[in-house]
Amino acid sequence: MGEVIFFILATMAVGGAVGVVLQTNPVGSLLFMVGTLASVAGIFVLLEAHFLAAIQVLVYAGAIMVLFLFVIMLLNLGHDYEPDVKRGLGAFLSFGVVGTLAGVLAGQVRGAEENPVYQFFPGPEGMDRLLQEQGIVGAIARPLFTDYVLAFELVGVLLLVALVGAVALAKKRA
Amino acid sequence: MLAESLVLGALLFVIGAFGVLIRRNAIIVFLCIELQLNAVNLSFVALSRYLGIEGQLFVFFVMTVAAAEAAVGLAIIISIFRHYQSVNVENFSLLKW
Repeated sequence: MGEVIFFILATMAVGGAVGVVLQTNPVGSLLFMVGTLASVAGIFVLLEAHFLAAIQVLVYAGAIMVLFLFVIMLLNLGHDYEPDVKRGLGAFLSFGVVGTLAGVLAGQVRGAEENPVYQFFPGPEGMDRLLQEQGIVGAIARPLFTDYVLAFELVGVLLLVALVGAVALAKKRA
Repeated sequence: MLAESLVLGALLFVIGAFGVLIRRNAIIVFLCIELQLNAVNLSFVALSRYLGIEGQLFVFFVMTVAAAEAAVGLAIIISIFRHYQSVNVENFSLLKW
């Protein structure tokens, strides 16, 4: 059952990603992206990462995509139907680069499940036990506020810097 | 499900890279970068099923940085649009050698 749902979601995610690249209208591209993000959130649920699935829908598909939509509407790009895809040598070189990348990644994925290094780690059974004991949010929150608390605080500073930077950049020159 | 998830992550990453290389609209290039970040997140979550909860923590940080990056990047695009009246990356050749 899980496998069937996984393949439906994976097909939707890949179809959405292809739509993002091929769609000429930016708003259409954005809607395909929301579909891809929602499908990936579904796959997160299948991989027992429920908290991240919720965050993915709320923050990514909700907030960040709406920010993109605001900018498209603000700059009045929504009706730009002119194809802007590169042709000729540029497209050929892109195919070459992407093909090489795909080859390298495929070589890494093969035999991923039989890697002997996994015996030193908890594995799916250990992860299930952890989630059972501490709860879905607790399992993430405990290390986040103990071992990684410095990184957590620094991310807060980063968000503040990004906020100030975005306002400073987008403000009209006086 | 680990191998299938890694294959899907690689596929999404490659499609995103192709979009970055082939599109000229700066906003869509940016959208494709977000797609690549999401593909990496998927790989992190798939591996965290085997290697412990730290992978999910990393995804949490990647999402935060992606949000900050989207805010700053879109501000830069607005600022460039004011100057050139366009978001076509071929017009942005001031730093081109």
